[in-house]
Amino acid sequence: MSSVISVSHLSKTYASGFNALKQIDLDIQRGEIFALLGPNGAGKTTLISIICGLVNPSEGTVLANGFDIVKEYRKARSQIGLVPQELTTDAFETVWNTVSFSRGLFGKAASPEHIEKVLKDLALWDKRNNKLITLSGGMKRRVLIAKALSHEPQILFLDEPTAGVDVELRRDMWEVVRGLRANGVTIILTTHYIEEAEEMADRIGVISNGEIILVEEKAALMQQLGRKQLTLQLQEPLETIPGNLNGHDLQLAADGHELVYTYDSQQDRTGIPGLLGELSAAGINFKDLRTHQSTLEEIFVSLVRERP
Amino acid sequence: MNLQAVAAIYRFEMARARRTLLQSVVSPVISTSLYFVVFGAAIGSRITQVEGVSYGAFIVPGLIMLMLLTQSVSNASFSIFFPKFSGTIYELLSAPVSYFEIVLGYVGAAATKTIVLGLIILATANLFVPLRIEHPFWMLLFLVLTALTFSLLGFIIGIWADTFEKLQLVPLLIITPLTFLGGSFYSVNMLPPIWQTITLFNPVVYLVSGFRWSFYGISDVSVAASLAMILLFLGLCLGVVAWIFKTGYRIKP
Repeated sequence: MSSVISVSHLSKTYASGFNALKQIDLDIQRGEIFALLGPNGAGKTTLISIICGLVNPSEGTVLANGFDIVKEYRKARSQIGLVPQELTTDAFETVWNTVSFSRGLFGKAASPEHIEKVLKDLALWDKRNNKLITLSGGMKRRVLIAKALSHEPQILFLDEPTAGVDVELRRDMWEVVRGLRANGVTIILTTHYIEEAEEMADRIGVISNGEIILVEEKAALMQQLGRKQLTLQLQEPLETIPGNLNGHDLQLAADGHELVYTYDSQQDRTGIPGLLGELSAAGINFKDLRTHQSTLEEIFVSLVRERP
Repeated sequence: MNLQAVAAIYRFEMARARRTLLQSVVSPVISTSLYFVVFGAAIGSRITQVEGVSYGAFIVPGLIMLMLLTQSVSNASFSIFFPKFSGTIYELLSAPVSYFEIVLGYVGAAATKTIVLGLIILATANLFVPLRIEHPFWMLLFLVLTALTFSLLGFIIGIWADTFEKLQLVPLLIITPLTFLGGSFYSVNMLPPIWQTITLFNPVVYLVSGFRWSFYGISDVSVAASLAMILLFLGLCLGVVAWIFKTGYRIKP
């Protein structure tokens, strides 16, 4: 796959002296959904803002579909749609007018057919003559997406797209995003909702303190960093783990009522049959068992915590 | 050139004016008409002619200029301040538009609104006082150049202001006083000699004088000086706008 966004040595130091981005290198592949995760103030929005033209870079270059975002800003920006984090809308405009305005702003000739399709896809068609001030937060979020899609971008940035959106609407939006990807649109989303990244993303980038600390396929990331745990509920509580089981990564939990075995799910041999055999030989019986795989959130938290 | 974008901004701004017709057209027309009634008809009838023109007619160009300056500034400053304030400016900055196109859209719309307003007020004035326009071409030229220049100034103020208070500061504390002291209601010759000299440092004197000359052929300063002054302002404002966009001042960190 070729990269559709290519960021190299990108740095940003604000006038206040705050160093928001430090020599970032990042490539976004064409047609993928890329999730950018990071704690507050990590540099997510600064990175997106530079790529989209809202903030000047201090150093480095960004190519969007091969066009330099500074030198060839017209060509670069016409490829990009941006859905900002804040619900910023022209309160007194109608849905139809504000979406049509966006299309014009991006230099595209009026196309009522396209606007109609976008509004229908986002379930906004019935609201097309409503003023934005009368819409709910979730509907306004849809309008921002409609505005971003009005000029048929190849690359779509979603900055916290489902912040403050109810669960049902969030699922609807995920569907919309998947539909866009199916049509070849590359999607870059930042999110606080780890489950969103877990649900949607093909690849995940983690940014912390202005540095990209990891970029990985989601599945590989889950596999590489995903620790799995087997919890056995014991029939009789244990005070200590018997010495002959020291070869396994075991811990006691729930006041000795549970025995927790941590293993690498990626390994061919999980060690579970051997462990169960040894437990049986030691006369330790269990009444129930469950397994647990690390979520992306746990991986993310541990990654960020590891950094100084 | 992204003409679609210029048209989109222009149409958006004109639609805003249509939505707020009461505030953007009716209100300035009524308030300026009140000046005609009070100064022109009521007080003016007791004042002798000024340089061969009835006082009511004499003040019309100055009053239109007063309205042109304040409305251009407030229209244009609000049009760019509000997207900054509400955050919708993100779209403008992320669009494939040049700074020139942004200015063309916003300032063009603000100037259009003010010019239309000026013509409406001119027609309204004609109902109260006898008007004559000796140099219609120059009248229109001054009208357009002033609307354009002060819309640019408004755009600059809109970018500079980060609070609603600052947005009002320049129109209220600088432009309105300068216009009142700029010969809108009197001829500079009517002032004591020392004030005649001081008043020449007020740039609005040149605008009012040139505009009044296009109506009645009488002026406080030469027409060439008036034209030079408005072109100087225009150049200054263009320079500042260019600098704003070059540095991203207050819009692009």
